[in-house]
Amino acid sequence: MTGTDTSILRIDSLTVDFLSEGDPVRAVDDVSFHVCPGETLVILGESGSGKSVSTGTVMGLIDCPPGDIVAGSLVFDGTDLSRLDEEGRRALNGRRIAMIFQDPLAYLNPVYTVGRQIAEVFESHGGSVARDEVVQLMQRVGIPEPEKRIDHYPHQFSGGQRQRVMIAMAIALKPDILIADEPTTALDVSVQAQILELLCDLQRETGMALIMITHDLEVAAAMADRIIVMNGGKVVESGKAEEVFTNPTHAYTRRLMAAVPHGGSGERKSRPQPDGDVLLQVESLSKHYMLTSGFFSPKREFKAVDDVSFVLRRGETLGIVGESGSGKSSIARMLLRLNDPTSGRALFAGEDIFQLEGKALNGFRRRVQMVFQDPFGSMNPRMNVRAIISEPLLIHRDILPRARWNDRVAELLELVGLKAEHADRHPHQFSGGQRQRIAIARALASDPELIVCDEAVSALDVSIQMQVIELLSELRQRLGLSYLFITHDLPIVREFADRVLVMQNGRVVEQNETEALFASPRHPYTKTLLSAVPKAKWMATG
Amino acid sequence: MMFGYIGRRAYHSTISVIGLLTLVFFLTRLTGDPSALYLPLDSSIEAREAFARLNGLDQPIHMQFLHYLQNLLSLDFGQSLRQNRSAIEVALEAFPATLKLAAIAIILSVILAVIVGALAAARPGSLFDRVAGLVSLAGASTPDFWIAIVGILVFAVGLGMLPTSGTGTTLHWIMPITVLMLRPFGLLVQVVRGTMISALSAPYIKTAHAKGMKRRRIIFGHALRNSLLPVITVAGDLTTGLINGAVVVETIFGWPGIGKLMIDSIIQRDFAVVQSTILVTAIAIFIVNIAIDLLYVALDPRIRY
Repeated sequence: MTGTDTSILRIDSLTVDFLSEGDPVRAVDDVSFHVCPGETLVILGESGSGKSVSTGTVMGLIDCPPGDIVAGSLVFDGTDLSRLDEEGRRALNGRRIAMIFQDPLAYLNPVYTVGRQIAEVFESHGGSVARDEVVQLMQRVGIPEPEKRIDHYPHQFSGGQRQRVMIAMAIALKPDILIADEPTTALDVSVQAQILELLCDLQRETGMALIMITHDLEVAAAMADRIIVMNGGKVVESGKAEEVFTNPTHAYTRRLMAAVPHGGSGERKSRPQPDGDVLLQVESLSKHYMLTSGFFSPKREFKAVDDVSFVLRRGETLGIVGESGSGKSSIARMLLRLNDPTSGRALFAGEDIFQLEGKALNGFRRRVQMVFQDPFGSMNPRMNVRAIISEPLLIHRDILPRARWNDRVAELLELVGLKAEHADRHPHQFSGGQRQRIAIARALASDPELIVCDEAVSALDVSIQMQVIELLSELRQRLGLSYLFITHDLPIVREFADRVLVMQNGRVVEQNETEALFASPRHPYTKTLLSAVPKAKWMATG
Repeated sequence: MMFGYIGRRAYHSTISVIGLLTLVFFLTRLTGDPSALYLPLDSSIEAREAFARLNGLDQPIHMQFLHYLQNLLSLDFGQSLRQNRSAIEVALEAFPATLKLAAIAIILSVILAVIVGALAAARPGSLFDRVAGLVSLAGASTPDFWIAIVGILVFAVGLGMLPTSGTGTTLHWIMPITVLMLRPFGLLVQVVRGTMISALSAPYIKTAHAKGMKRRRIIFGHALRNSLLPVITVAGDLTTGLINGAVVVETIFGWPGIGKLMIDSIIQRDFAVVQSTILVTAIAIFIVNIAIDLLYVALDPRIRY
């Protein structure tokens, strides 16, 4: 530390243990960083890397016990944060250090109006606040009609607006530091761009320091002045953003950077265009819901899916992209006969899916399988892996005699890159990526021809995402599978899909070969989507 | 919207009340012939027949039932054999005593349980939490008639501090209310503690800490409000239990409420009064349930009917 230390927050050799039943687990190991006013520090790392724990200690949000600061110091503007009592901590939180979180719906209290929750920040620090002031604050963070919205409850806002409400609470008292913990992870890409822009604007206005925690390399590049990369509780690399990105020195950072799908040229071309027969033909598929609302307002019709048509050839991967609410999951659910369509046809190998009944429907279900987004929620925690994977065999009795199930489970596990002995374990003993492999093995158990992946890699860390994508494309080649690949993640769809369908408000606005679509998007919405992917900060500024 | 909802609920409840009254009508008549109780042992057959004719008991049972339904439509709930006046009047007269007892018992238990449960949840594993856990478990699991009898033995017979039974002074209220409170209090403490612990680990509590809110306001403002819904469900359930189930306590303490009336009129084969008490409690339970639903709406803006 030199005499000209301008940092507002300096953390030195922070080490945090978590006391579990057995030995303490070291969550943060000898971590040091600092941040200066007006500066943005990005802490980059995958889940479990300790990034949230290290900032949680700054806010005193880590419960002690089970958490325990074993060593190190946290100095904020001359005050040692680890020595603060409850009252001292309370005086800083919300006033000089503020924080926003990943999932604004869970982090807002569902039973109070947003206006009240914003006003609480002022009241907690000895002030009172006029309604006008809260309205202005909501206006500043870009919530339309704030005079009316101030009396609404969190569930009446969209995801992006909720995050704006969180930001309004955080900046209410003009803090010196704003800690943003994965603030845009739960949001659509175009909303993400708006929130990031808002944060940058507010930083310029107030000169606050911004500490941003993310696992998303693009977001990191867009926001960071400096970056620290964390892995396994340790800082493995730190430096100016541009240097870390263009010239990563640590092996982990290099692996992380390499994992980002870059799309476009190169290896993708090696894949021949599939020219098999038509496997799935969807014609004018629609799903409308009747909304019953309010006291006197009439029933309205909501078109979740509106006149969607497309063709999927055998061996082909069709990407369906769109933001939340665009109707992409509704299509998947109808094609799997989980929901009934309002109108339209879908021919699978020449047969109309929606006319199938009884045995024929069961036979169809065997040929089409699904991999869901959440590998934690889509498996029964009380079943072991053998039972999970062999369940399709239990339902479709004609696939395989029971005596050969064990061999088949072992074979499937090896096919997805796990080991045969994993069959006796339970889902909670696996990581997110491994669970998604198990989900894929389960989908493969009935020898399907088409697999529908609904955001199948969205919940995974970047480096794991690429491994799962690689597995899926390998299986495509070995087993001749076709995929309907639903995602909001454009780089991934560019990497993996042969053709792409862009959806907005239930309608298909554009469909084309992947490269052609990315190279020259025609529809304005596609253009907006593509341009919403964050650009690196150093490129934008200089 | 809201009135439509209440209307629908009232309609459904009416159907179940009619089913209930039908069941009660036939079941009470299985207990025997009232004339055996109301006439002297040596009364003549003519006198018995006259009594039966007078009270409509000479008709075949299905005719009696039709007659009963007919009278219901004109809000005639029958005559009490014992008191020789309108049965519903007898039931309504006894009901306020029960209602007061139940209301005081449940309100006191909810208030005490919320305070004790919230404080226990604020520091799980502390001495207070463990004592509260023990007391609430004992309260929830001890039979009320046993506590009532022991209470009478100790405080009335032994120490002479409280009256054994009956009504009149404030002192008469103490033992029935305390005995009635034990189970609801015990159960509610456990519910409040459980829901508070999960509410306190909710993400929005983290936000409140990050805002720098005072700990007490976080516990009683943010966490408690969210944990009240399950508490209200259980409290409502217990209230309906108290409205019709104070039978044991009312009998032991000689409390002139509807529970005691029900037992007495069953023993006395006073059919019309049995039916009326059941009708009154059923309607009261319906009102309690509606009140709970409305409380839900008031407490959670996400719920709309």
